[in-house]
Amino acid sequence: MTVETSTWATKKGLAQMLKGGVIMDVVTPEQAKIAEDAGAVAVMALERVPADIRMAGGVARMSDPEMIVGIMDAVTIPVMAKARIGHFVEAQVLEALGVDYIDESEVLTPADEANHIDKHAFKVPFVCGCRNLGEALRRINEGAAMMRTKGEAGTGNIVEAVRQLRDVLAEIRRLEGMREDELFVAAKELQAPYEVVRDVAANGKLPVVNFVAGGISTPSDAALVMQLGAEGVFVGSGIFKSEDPARMANAIVQATTFFDDPRKIAEVSKGLGAPMRGIALEEIPEQERLAVRGW
Amino acid sequence: MRIGVLALQGAFREHLETLDAIGVEGARVREPADLEGASGLILPGGESTTMRQLIDRWGLHEPIVRLAESGAPILGTCAGMIVLAREIAGDERPILPLLDVAVARNAFGRQLESFEVELAVPVLGDRPVHAVFIRAPVVERIGPGVDVLARLDDGRIVAVRERNIIATSFHPELAGEARFHRLLATMASEFDDPGEGSGRRPHPTRRARAR
Repeated sequence: MTVETSTWATKKGLAQMLKGGVIMDVVTPEQAKIAEDAGAVAVMALERVPADIRMAGGVARMSDPEMIVGIMDAVTIPVMAKARIGHFVEAQVLEALGVDYIDESEVLTPADEANHIDKHAFKVPFVCGCRNLGEALRRINEGAAMMRTKGEAGTGNIVEAVRQLRDVLAEIRRLEGMREDELFVAAKELQAPYEVVRDVAANGKLPVVNFVAGGISTPSDAALVMQLGAEGVFVGSGIFKSEDPARMANAIVQATTFFDDPRKIAEVSKGLGAPMRGIALEEIPEQERLAVRGW
Repeated sequence: MRIGVLALQGAFREHLETLDAIGVEGARVREPADLEGASGLILPGGESTTMRQLIDRWGLHEPIVRLAESGAPILGTCAGMIVLAREIAGDERPILPLLDVAVARNAFGRQLESFEVELAVPVLGDRPVHAVFIRAPVVERIGPGVDVLARLDDGRIVAVRERNIIATSFHPELAGEARFHRLLATMASEFDDPGEGSGRRPHPTRRARAR
């Protein structure tokens, strides 16, 4: 028997197992346990949730390895952690810790203004953010085994997530309707490799699982992006910045499964307490927006 | 004949596509009413702690146990194996204790230890199964009525069958492997039509059909 570890099938496959689920940001082992008990399919271990990163300002970096390991020990579900865009040494450190997925994330301060991490060089799989199809396909070409639209993290505002998801899916539908000979120009316009563009056009979907992140703070938010075509959701500040995190977490899990069943969404949305407060996008100056990070 | 696929979370679409590829009707199962008329059930890969949550919340426990006890075939892959196991290492209580085995979660380690291998599964014929293991469980103990369908080179048990219940540590649905689904469909058609009228003996797993 020849055993092959960390293959493309296993990297991409783990994301397939997370589909239809909710990945939750947690900052302590206790929060990780609450998330697991509420039905999270994975947790994102980080020092501060995006809402706090936004408030604190300064440079946001990879979290303390001790804190990440504490969370890995607390739960049986997969643990993800964030590295700065282009910071391949932070990614090497996270791989050495044995995290299950690395998020090369715009929520942290980018370390490289031109290059993303060469994700093919790693055994651990990567998830990356995107705002549009071109960005998604560039990340996949670099080796990302899972995608997520970025939304606008830490705002509790779903509007960016909706716009980006609609953009990505509309672009895919546009490719599907093209003649073979038009795909060359499409690849040029998308600034993405022709082979990946052709694959998307032929299959009508990204070659990897696509989640939505950035701004989900209620069960209805989760169901909205699922109905639009997301394969699962990341919830960052939306859970532990709400009044009753355990109930909110569980309600978002239920609504993600029954995303097309309004009666069930109504049932799980009852009496959850206040969601996170949230920020209107117009209140955020252009230079403080996180979604524009990444190239 | 219709095979249900538990669609609470995880890779259920891949199972529905595999069923479609062999010409068997599949149906998403999220609540008890979806099980009516099902001749079999697949429990997909995903996160077993999440599935436990959703199975409990939406009252799927009893109807699935009834379906299994009536003799309808059930296939669990990866997390599905954990859902079926009578004992889960480190957990006080099982989820749907239908299979007399003890399993260990993430038995090979974390994601970095996920792997692919060509695996001999004699009941499916000579051609090995291309098996994808993702943070996979293994069977650590089997009860007296449980047959081992596959082991790794080191002897660890990664596929089992007890009467009408089959479970694998790996993901046939991720590798275009349809033979487990064909086996399930064959068992399901025997469950639907055990052939009493034609003088054959009833299928050994046949009992009153679940409502």
